[in-house]
Amino acid sequence: MAIPLKYNIRNLFVRKVTTGLTVLGIGLVVAVFLSVMSLSEGLTRVFKVSGSPKNILVLRRNSQSEVDSGIYREQIPLIVTLPGIDRDIDGNPLFSTELVVILNMEKNEGGTSNVTLRGISEKGPHLRPQFKLAEGRMFKPGLSEVIVSRSISKRFKNCSLDDIIRFGSYQWKVVGIFDADGTAPDSEIWTDVEGAMSDFRRVSYSSVLVRTTDKLGQDQFVTALSNDPRLALQAKSERSYYEKQTSTADPIKFFGIFVGLIMAIGACFGAMNTMYAAVSARTKEIATLRVLGFSHMSILTSFIIESLLLALLGGVLGCFLGLLTVKLALSGVTGTTNFNTFSEVVFAFRLTPNILLTGIVFSLLIGLFGGILPATQAAFTKIILALRQVE
Amino acid sequence: MDNPLIRVGNLVKNYHRGSEELTVLSGLNFIVEDGEFVALMGPSGSGKTTLLNLIAGIDRPTSGYIFVGTDEISSMTDSQLADWRSRHIGFIFQTYNLIPVLTAFENVELPLLLTPLGRVERRKHVEIALYIVGLSDRMSHYPRQLSGGQEQRVAIARAIVTDPTLLVADEPTGDLDAKSAEEILILLERLNSEFKKTIVIVTHDPRAAARARRIVHLEKGVLKEDIKAEDRGSVRLADSTLAFADVKS
Ligand SMILES: Nc1ncnc2c1ncn2[C@@H]1O[C@H](COP(=O)(O)OP(=O)(O)OP(=O)(O)O)[C@@H](O)[C@H]1O
Ligand SMILES: [Mg+2]
Repeated sequence: MAIPLKYNIRNLFVRKVTTGLTVLGIGLVVAVFLSVMSLSEGLTRVFKVSGSPKNILVLRRNSQSEVDSGIYREQIPLIVTLPGIDRDIDGNPLFSTELVVILNMEKNEGGTSNVTLRGISEKGPHLRPQFKLAEGRMFKPGLSEVIVSRSISKRFKNCSLDDIIRFGSYQWKVVGIFDADGTAPDSEIWTDVEGAMSDFRRVSYSSVLVRTTDKLGQDQFVTALSNDPRLALQAKSERSYYEKQTSTADPIKFFGIFVGLIMAIGACFGAMNTMYAAVSARTKEIATLRVLGFSHMSILTSFIIESLLLALLGGVLGCFLGLLTVKLALSGVTGTTNFNTFSEVVFAFRLTPNILLTGIVFSLLIGLFGGILPATQAAFTKIILALRQVE
Repeated sequence: MDNPLIRVGNLVKNYHRGSEELTVLSGLNFIVEDGEFVALMGPSGSGKTTLLNLIAGIDRPTSGYIFVGTDEISSMTDSQLADWRSRHIGFIFQTYNLIPVLTAFENVELPLLLTPLGRVERRKHVEIALYIVGLSDRMSHYPRQLSGGQEQRVAIARAIVTDPTLLVADEPTGDLDAKSAEEILILLERLNSEFKKTIVIVTHDPRAAARARRIVHLEKGVLKEDIKAEDRGSVRLADSTLAFADVKS
């Protein structure tokens, strides 16, 4: 049997101050790491969960996003008569012709940012399962009315219910607030597409969103669309369209991992320092354990376990601090720029159980790497010399 | 009398200090019979601790052999020695060397964690060992809550709890006042006479040596003197047989 765990636990508690400081250090590092990870997670979710797997987004061939796409009115009947499209009970094809316009709007906190104004047709909301009208009512076509996502409504001026949004010579009345459960529409303002077309004097839509029947229908539709020489359009699955935009989260993730790594190395040295101090203070004790017959291996294991316990305390503290930070300081929503459309993406920090687990693993790694060298030193304590040592 | 437990032959131990080589033991021969109580004396720096450490298997000789029972410990590897120590050696230190964060009970239990004994059996062994040293009422005390003499008695309980082949002690009374030292010596004497433990102690203290049945003098790397206790008369045994009757049950 190994050296009992209580030996390590009690030793940690005997050195209250050093243990406390080391735990605090590791805890802070884990908390920062968790915050960055939860930011990245929140941002990723916007794109990952957006879009329905049955939906196909039709764009002009070679365009990267809806912003630089264009589909003429005359092309619409050709698109919606292609095979594979799902229909409602009345037999009408399920699709929404849409126009995307980027508005530069004033933020509550000062400054401006780009916001996506999306014109949608009647079936538009129906094609987005996460969409829920939270307050007010749906806009009525032709009346220059809009509905605004709750996140945008909170972050931008004049976006509350019954406010008037002005942009150049245009103005829209806010008649409803909606919620899209953290997906892409949460960063948007919606109005009716024909109204928006005439307001902005556009001759082409940005995209057409189509609901296909199933996998087979999807293939049929995509093949038919890309093979039609009159159209010069491309069909993308809505999911993959948004997933591609997840790259917005990549720099943040990269930055988070980079900063986390640097801090983790610092924390490793902190843990290492503490453990070296522990080992040298207990040299004689270790020699005694060796005399009693405990092997190199059990000494090594015991000190690595002690280091892991130390770091685990830090990890738990870090999770607690992380939860507190995200709850108190970073609650609500925040925004960043989507580098594909150059408009604001609204998202919330998401500290999921998975991320918390990552934080714990992260702290254990700190403990492991910080503990290896001191534990090795402990395991290979020279018994004879250590016993001669005077306290 | 012809039942040697420890056989040491041509034992040489050199230490290196920088480029200098220091010979501490030079061709030493030494036999300890099973059941003997030997005191190792000699001037400071004569190599007493060195010899004791070699016999206890925590150091390796430069050359020569050491047998304990049938085991040639001078040819064992490091990990074989660790395993061997856990089964055959009870080591008593001058500075007690108890683990400060463990209670008396837990300290005594430590060596048993290296045996296949279960929890209940371990408890029984620890209780007996602490009873023998007279500390049944101090089981849950931490070392800092004990006097020096009590600490050393816990250390002795730890040394005997596995029922080892050999007890070794390096100046076990060196840090104690006269009264506590006396108690420790009586205890060791009793372990030898009553429990037939073979004991080798290193000591500077003539009173301590007088408790032993045999005194060995180490000078300049070799054994100089060897006085049998019989010659001095074994008078001390009587006053050590106190209230220890039902210990083995
Ligand atoms: N690890 C070592 N390296 C070098 N020299 C050593 C080492 N250990 C012991 N010595 C030397 O070996 C000699 C014998 O030491 P040892 O401790 O065995 O003596 P001792 O008889 O126990 O002395 P004391 O009565 O003072 O405890 C001393 O001169 C000591 O300095
Ligand atoms: Mg010595």
